[in-house]
Order: sequence, then C-alpha cells, then structure tokens
Amino acid sequence: MDIIGLLYDLPIIGLVFQLIGYLISIFPTIAPIVMQAAVPIAFAALCGVMCERAGVVNIGIEGTMLTAAFVGWAAGVFLIPVLGNDPKLFFGGSPALLIAFGLAILSGIGVALIHAWLSISVKADQIIAGTIINIAAFGITGYLNTLIARSSPTGAGAFGRLEVPAALADLPFVGWLFTTFLGLGPIGLSLLVVVILFQILLFRSRWGLRTRAVGEHPRAAETVGIDVIRLRYRNVMMGGALAALGGAYLSMELSQSFQQGMTVGKGFIGLAAMIVGRWTPIGAFGAALLFASAVGIGQSIRIVPPAGELAELGELLVALPSQFFDALPYLVTIVILAGVIGRSVPPAADGIPYERESAT
Amino acid sequence: MTRARRLWTLIALPTLSIVLAVVVGSIVILVSELLVSGRLRFDLPINAYSALISGSIGTPNAIVNTLVQTTPLILGGLSVGLAFKAGLFNIGAQGQFLIGALVAVAVGTQFRTFEPGFVGLLVSIAAGALAGAAYGFIPGILKAVSGAHEVVTTIMLNFVAVSTVAAAVSTILDVPGSPSPITLDVGTAALPVLFGRNGHLGILIAPIIAAAMSWLLFKTTWGFEIRTTGANPEAARYAGMSPRRIIVYAMSLAGGLAGLAGATEVLGVTKHMTASYGTTVGFDSIAVALLGRTNPLGIVFAALLFGAMRSGAAAMQIQAGVPAELVGVLQATILFFIVASSVVRRIFRLRAAGPGLDEATTISRSYGGGEAPRAA
Repeated sequence: MDIIGLLYDLPIIGLVFQLIGYLISIFPTIAPIVMQAAVPIAFAALCGVMCERAGVVNIGIEGTMLTAAFVGWAAGVFLIPVLGNDPKLFFGGSPALLIAFGLAILSGIGVALIHAWLSISVKADQIIAGTIINIAAFGITGYLNTLIARSSPTGAGAFGRLEVPAALADLPFVGWLFTTFLGLGPIGLSLLVVVILFQILLFRSRWGLRTRAVGEHPRAAETVGIDVIRLRYRNVMMGGALAALGGAYLSMELSQSFQQGMTVGKGFIGLAAMIVGRWTPIGAFGAALLFASAVGIGQSIRIVPPAGELAELGELLVALPSQFFDALPYLVTIVILAGVIGRSVPPAADGIPYERESAT
Repeated sequence: MTRARRLWTLIALPTLSIVLAVVVGSIVILVSELLVSGRLRFDLPINAYSALISGSIGTPNAIVNTLVQTTPLILGGLSVGLAFKAGLFNIGAQGQFLIGALVAVAVGTQFRTFEPGFVGLLVSIAAGALAGAAYGFIPGILKAVSGAHEVVTTIMLNFVAVSTVAAAVSTILDVPGSPSPITLDVGTAALPVLFGRNGHLGILIAPIIAAAMSWLLFKTTWGFEIRTTGANPEAARYAGMSPRRIIVYAMSLAGGLAGLAGATEVLGVTKHMTASYGTTVGFDSIAVALLGRTNPLGIVFAALLFGAMRSGAAAMQIQAGVPAELVGVLQATILFFIVASSVVRRIFRLRAAGPGLDEATTISRSYGGGEAPRAA
C-alpha cells in the first residue's frame, strides 16, 4: 500500500498511476455500463465483418441501424394498442412486441438489400451508396417520427433484462462478470451467441471459406463454381439483419423510445471496431468493448468521482468540461484508426464491384 | 452533336432525378398520411409542393431568404466537390463548418464594438476559414501518413466538433448571467445586410468563390494535379506529382471552404452561437456536390435548388401540414437516382453522361487503418 501511495505522490507521472488505480477500482462498477454501450457497436462491427469479408464496403450501417430502431419502435406504437401488451411470452415481450421486433429485422434486411443492389448490381461507388442510405434513413425516420409524434403516442414497450441469480452475481471476484455479460435482455444476450457462432462459421464452415474466398479473390472463387454475386447479396442481407439487431437493441431493449438520429455514430464506431478487430467477429467484439469503455469512463466519473488517495486526479477530471467525455469515444476511434495499434489489412477485393468474366 | 444536345446530356440526369424525387416524395406524403390519419388525400402532395415553391420564390423576401439559405450550401458543396476531385470523400464538412463558425464567433465577439466594422469582419472570416482548414488538415494528414480512411475519421471529427462547440460556448464564450449558454453578439463584425430583411454580403461572396474554384481547378497547375491525383494516383505519381501532399492540401482547402461557410452563416445570419448550435449544411453539401457533378457551376445550381427547398420547408409545414423533414427525403431520393444513374438512363433510354464521379476512382480504395498510399 505504501508503495502505491508513493507512486501516487510522484509529480505528473503519479497522475498516470492514479488513473490506472482508479480504473482498476471502478472497473467492476462500470463493466455493465460498458457492456450495454458495446452491444450496438458490436452488432455494427459484425455487420461490417459480414459484408467486407465478402468484398462489399458498407458505410450505410448507421442508417440501417437507425431504420431498424425506428421501425421496431413505430411498429410497437401501432401494434400494442391493437393487439394489447399481453401475454408476456418472452423477456416481458408480448406477441405485439415480438412482431415489431421481427419487422425491425426485416427493415434492416430491406435497407441492406438496397445497398447490395447499388453496390453489386448497379456497381455504384460503395461508399457513396452507403452515405445515401445514411442520409435517406435520417430523413425518412425524421419525417415519419415527426408525423407519429403529432398524435403523442403511448410507449411502445421494451424487452426486459435477465435477472442474474444471486448465487452467481455474489460470487467473489468473478460475480461482476456474470452480471456484466448475462444481465442483458434477449437482444444483448443474442450478441454473445452470434459472436461465437459467426467466428466458428467464418473460419470452420464451407460458407465461411466461400465468403473469405469471394472477399479475397472473387475471380478465383468463380472459377471453382462459387456464385460471387449471389453470395455477396446474401452476406450483405445477413449483415443488414445484424445491424438491425443493434438498432432494435437501442429502441426496444436499452430504451423504449425513438429519437431522431439516436444512433449517434455507433454504426461508424462499429466500422472502426471491425478494423481494429482485424475483420474477425471475436476481434470486433473485443474492440467494441474497448470503444465502449470510453463511454463507461465518462459516466463513472460523474457517478463515482475519484476521491481519497486519488483526490489530485479527481480535481483534474472534474475540471474538464463534461463534453470532453462525450467526445472521448470518437477521439479514441480516430487515434486507433490512425494506426496506433499497428497495421491491419482489409480483404483484398474489399470495395471492388465484381464483373463477371463473360460480361467484360 | 449540337450545342443544345450536349447541354441536355449534361443536365438530363440531374433533371430526371429531381422529377423522380418529386414523384417519390408524393408517394411518401400519400402513404404516410394514409397510415397516420387513415385518409387518402390526393390534394396533399400538390398543396405541399405549391407551398414549398411559393415559400421559396413566391415573394421578393422569399427569394432573398432562398439566396441566404443557398450561400452556405454553395461553399459546403464546393468543399465536398473539391475533395471528390482529389479522390477524397469529405463527410467532415459538417465538423469543419461548426469549427469555422465557432472560431468566427469567438473572434467576431472580440471585435463587436470595433470601428470600422469591416476590419473585425475580415479578421473573423479569415479566422473561421483558417480554423476550418486546420480541421480539414487533420483527416488529410492522417490519410497521407497512416492511411486512416477519411470517411471514418471525418465522421468522428464531426461528433468531436459538436462537443467542442458545446464545451466552448458553455465555458469560455458564455455570457455571464445568461439563463442558457450563449455567446455575445458579433456586433459590428457582422456581415452587412444588402438586400431586403436578411440578404447579407455572403450572398455575393459564395458565387465569387465558386468562380475562383472553377479557375483553380481547370486553369492552374495545382488544379490539374488535384484532378490527376483523383483520377489516377499511380499516374500522378509517375508524372512526378506527390499524391500524399495533394491529399493534405486538398483536405485543408476543402476544410477552409466549409469553415468559410460556417463563418458566413454565423456572421451573416445568427450573429451568435448557442451550446446546441446545430446545422445540416455539412450533410446537405454532399448531396449538393453530387447533384452538381462536383463541378463548381453545377454546385451553384444544385445549391440554389436545395437552398430553395430549405427556404420553403417552413411554409410547407405551416400551410400544408407536411413535416419539413420531407426535404431530407427529397434530397436522399435525388441522390439515390443520381448514383443509380444506370437505372435512370435505362428507364428514360438516355445517352447521358454519368454522375461525374467516373474520374474519381480512389474513393473506396485504401480503406482502413495502417495502409498508407505509397510514398512518392
């Protein structure tokens, strides 16, 4: 303890030790916040992996998430008065809520289909196609949201969270791990399953091998009889479903409302997480957790400011404007993208529309 | 080919995209009204569009207001368009606009009682443009050095800019005793009003800048280097140009143009800033640049169209009861048809020119971190 006290008292460098000490001490407290912030980012990153492994760049993830968040909420608003909000079948979700959830996923697949058509068939610039999807999603959801808000609708309802059994939650040292990873609703929990399943399928299944082949060398893939176009369409649409899970999480699990532009860049942070995670599902999930911790730190400083031995650090952090912590996840993204973590190489055919041999 | 025919091949695609967008907008109005109120009102789209038109060009005041709305869109569109010419996608016009506006206000309030006023005005405008250029320099240098794709970095910087504005306005720039964070008025450093109620000097500045950009791009060596880098970086390198240097210069200049847009907006229209100062100019500028085929003259016309839509949106909401957000739907639809140009051409059996991006092939390449464009 004395050694730590000595380290804390060092000028300037001591602040770094204080920060590390603070982070270790608060980590179990903020871990659930980090996990909740990581879920939408991770889904966005998985969508990116799904598309780019097959050679399609998808900047429109943000718009896909926003559309799904809106559709899930709006469908709930329309359906719950008609079908009622009972019985509670699944995590507090009524049949109406489940239908709304299904529609949200379908809307995500639909948006992805537009992106796939523009990128694969029309062979438009994929980044511009994605940007149009973002602008269109922002405009259309904003327009419809204003129309619906006029009738001041009642709440749409949301899925509940899993109650972690006290026997697990109270375990010494590891109890917080259970509350962090299991204290989620159905969409958040599905993320854990999707990450593991996707990782195995991408590297151990026939579909995964074909996807990677199409992303690296589509011509060679076609030569051995893989339908490049069809595989790309299918992967982009599956990616749309993943992004939609992230969007639905925001409006149907984390909250039960929709605000215009509520994704606030999570789709783009997800893309950065995909790059940091080197285009693998588990890596992307890990990177999403890393980005989300920047959110968690900002919140924890408001909840439990550093005190006692850490008073010096506490004064410094409290003096910073609160907006600094709002900007932190974005700053971290830029720093990491700028290559601090080292080189990362995308799939070789990423972003290049495929021309069939016979067509050229 | 006759002159008229050549002109048609150039403007056919934008014109038809606009026509198709009007059709899609009508369908959106009809269907959403049907869903919300259960009635099918065929007069509603007509009411909405006529309110939109009369609200944007119906009276002299409306026309001046349209020009005021057009000004930042021209400058923002030039910013995005210039980056396109260099093969870069500047989604960061939004952040550069905000930083330019913030610095222009910060400087302008220092000169609020200074006479003669044009000194403070010139210093504030220059400061805003320089701040925007510095904010564009960041993604430029990151791309040139580490290959971090400007699309992701500029979007992140957009969010950082929002936080920076909020932080600055609620701390150092805040007027003591104000109920909510707000800066002082820029006073004598404001752009003088020349026409009608709010027709400020910026209305004239923007087209002059557009002409200057046209000269720079098509009449100077530097413009040639930008266009060559955008069309084919390998060829540019082979010809002895430095694509890395061009990337940094082009992003900085693009940032400067967006910063100038922000400066004219706060010095000419709002005269102060609040902590939650918001705008969609940066994103609308992308649509303007694409609709204008990244050409300065085209951008001026596209900005006029979008400026008119922004100007008439309020009238549409009040008179026809159609949310002003419809303008966003229209813009996205226009863009959609521009990008899906091969489809529009098939529908109308056109032999029109492409979306004007054919020469910029590098946009979606060299994606992600750590992969720098090879050194010259």
